[in-house]
Amino acid sequence: MNTVSLIFITIGILFNLLGCIGIIRLPDTYNRLQAATKCVTLGCCSILLGVCFHFGFSDAAVKALVAIPILFFTSTVAAHALIRGTYHFGIKLGKKSVRDDYKEAVK
Amino acid sequence: MIDYLSILLYVQIGLASVCMYRIIRGPTIPDRMVGIDIFGILVVGICAIISIQTEKSFILDIGIAWIILSFIGTLTLAKYLTGKKLNE
Repeated sequence: MNTVSLIFITIGILFNLLGCIGIIRLPDTYNRLQAATKCVTLGCCSILLGVCFHFGFSDAAVKALVAIPILFFTSTVAAHALIRGTYHFGIKLGKKSVRDDYKEAVK
Repeated sequence: MIDYLSILLYVQIGLASVCMYRIIRGPTIPDRMVGIDIFGILVVGICAIISIQTEKSFILDIGIAWIILSFIGTLTLAKYLTGKKLNE
């Protein structure tokens, strides 16, 4: 167990903690998805990087390195599709939101 | 004695249970879907930490498969939310 991988895993879990605070505390569906997706994606990528540093040159390190771009692309694309579906489903923005540019783009 | 990595694993499992709060409690349907999406990403972190603890590499394969299945599931649910059929 080396120190570098522990540092990366700790940073990742701190990002995950911030994302989960966002998913509990924020007032709106759009705010929740935006906060949670960014923080949790970066946190899990950091954890996988720590796993890669722990295993060194072996098959597990290659698996962790392959998992990073897959996680990075799929989670962002899924969040974009989900937020578009949410808008078309008819969920309104929160009370403190001031601007809605997508409304003109839909027309 | 509990080492430092086990504490990190328990914290990560606790964060995944926090997402279960949003899945159970969410006021509307898209809120629950947000919870399911984030839960699927957090499980990958749990798989990564368990693969360090047990020194086995096949658990990372489970993580990669979980990412792709969560992606397909979220896209299907988003397509359902827009009100279209799945082949449009």
